[in-house]
Amino acid sequence: MKTAGSVLKRIYIALIIIFMYAPIVTLIVLSFNSSKSRAKWGGFTTKWYVSLFQNDAILQAFFNTIAIATLSAIIATIIGTLSCLAINSMKRKGKTFWMGITNIPMLNAEIVTGISLMLVFIFLGVKFGFFTILIAHITFNIPYVILSIMPRMKNLNPSTYEAALDLGASPFVSFFKVVLPDLMPGILSGFLMAFTMSIDDFVITHFTKGPGVDTLSTKIYTEVKKGIKPEMYALSTIIFITILVLLFLVNVSGNDNKKEKIK
Amino acid sequence: MLKNKQKLMLGLPYYFWAIAFIIIPLCLVIYYGLTDKTGAFTFNNIASIADPQHTKALWIAVKLSIISTIICLFLAYPLAMILVNFKKGKSSILVMLFILPMWMNFLLRTMAWQTLLENTGVINTLLQTIGLPKINIINTPGAIIFGMVYNFLPFMVLPIYNSLAKIDINVVNAARDLGANGIITFGRITLPLSLPGVISGITMVFVPALTTFVISAILGGNKILLIGNVIEQEFSQTSNWHLGSGLSMVLMVFIIISMIFTAIFDKDGEGLI
Repeated sequence: MKTAGSVLKRIYIALIIIFMYAPIVTLIVLSFNSSKSRAKWGGFTTKWYVSLFQNDAILQAFFNTIAIATLSAIIATIIGTLSCLAINSMKRKGKTFWMGITNIPMLNAEIVTGISLMLVFIFLGVKFGFFTILIAHITFNIPYVILSIMPRMKNLNPSTYEAALDLGASPFVSFFKVVLPDLMPGILSGFLMAFTMSIDDFVITHFTKGPGVDTLSTKIYTEVKKGIKPEMYALSTIIFITILVLLFLVNVSGNDNKKEKIK
Repeated sequence: MLKNKQKLMLGLPYYFWAIAFIIIPLCLVIYYGLTDKTGAFTFNNIASIADPQHTKALWIAVKLSIISTIICLFLAYPLAMILVNFKKGKSSILVMLFILPMWMNFLLRTMAWQTLLENTGVINTLLQTIGLPKINIINTPGAIIFGMVYNFLPFMVLPIYNSLAKIDINVVNAARDLGANGIITFGRITLPLSLPGVISGITMVFVPALTTFVISAILGGNKILLIGNVIEQEFSQTSNWHLGSGLSMVLMVFIIISMIFTAIFDKDGEGLI
């Protein structure tokens, strides 16, 4: 009885995993398809992986995507971490207010966030381009950072910081040596979350980008109508496999650490 | 510790950022929504939701997003329950299910379903080989629902998972000790205690599904217009920001209702991250 139940559970998880990964496998397969059409298999080839590196437009979009994700995640992490320290020291009302504001980009529809930022850039007369995309990405990334650090703020023990001060450390040093390490897991997961969200974003970029500047997402969207270049599948496959390997390595080294601690 | 005032100063960059890029932009949507091209006050932009085409787009969007929210709920709840009780490699399964796929661009993933669902696509070929009838789902509302469920399922699983993980196992055991069977325990203990997660999940799926324009553009073959598509066209094709803003305000009403709903049921913000 018990085993039948657990077999069923495993089958259910497996089905969901198949559902989540069917399109990913499809894209990986398509990256090796020598026919340009998505509908038929024309034989195995690696030519798209070669021509990818001669396709300046795709490489430029890739560079933009990575640059925006890195910059926006770093800036959002700095602003977000500072604001957590501030919000945490507020009285109840202020805290509720600012956390409410922080929730707006999380709960609001992406299309509304996108057009509202577009309107503000029009209003300010800013030229649409790399810079406007960056500002938009920082805006939707800050909440992810704040919401992953805030739970750790609550568990922060003020006595350790005071102890550092008593032992002669300056406030600056005590902050970096005592408070920051305590917050580090939250800051790190906030940063990674922000980076991932920025890479995967399309809607907000679509409304805040200018002509001539493309990220991978917006480039794909314009190609959807004309037919996607197979090089795009090749690039996506490379990105995906890289992350997969990285995650695997992090997991393996993480497990090693745990084992050492137990010893 | 730093003096309280100094600490509050640390938030200055964020206060500035939030006002400039969260609050003012939303005010501008309202400003544009309530004015016409000459800058005169008008309700016409909002009233244009009564235009038959717009009403139709809104109605289809509401219908499809409700259906996909319900499907997500029924798929996600059992999954969250299994994952909570899963001992080995739980976190790696969660990452594998929900974080890793995000590294393959979401437009490409949605487009891949086009390839899979096509009338002569992989799924239909598979169905035919095992002797089942073909499904002609591509470019229909069914395909859009499919895409919505695929893209937004994680937003349903995570909050439910979080609220289930918080339930004290002793409460469940107590119910069992007092003679309740599995079904009663679920109905009287587990389900009510996980309700905040369920409500957050519903909002987290319903809002993006209601407002999407990408999924319908890719899987609906541009034949089915959702309210998101109408707004997107007003902004990127006809450049009628006033009308687009007015229609967005109508959407915001739905979003605000969902937010209030969540705030009432989910006080700890379990749905977030």
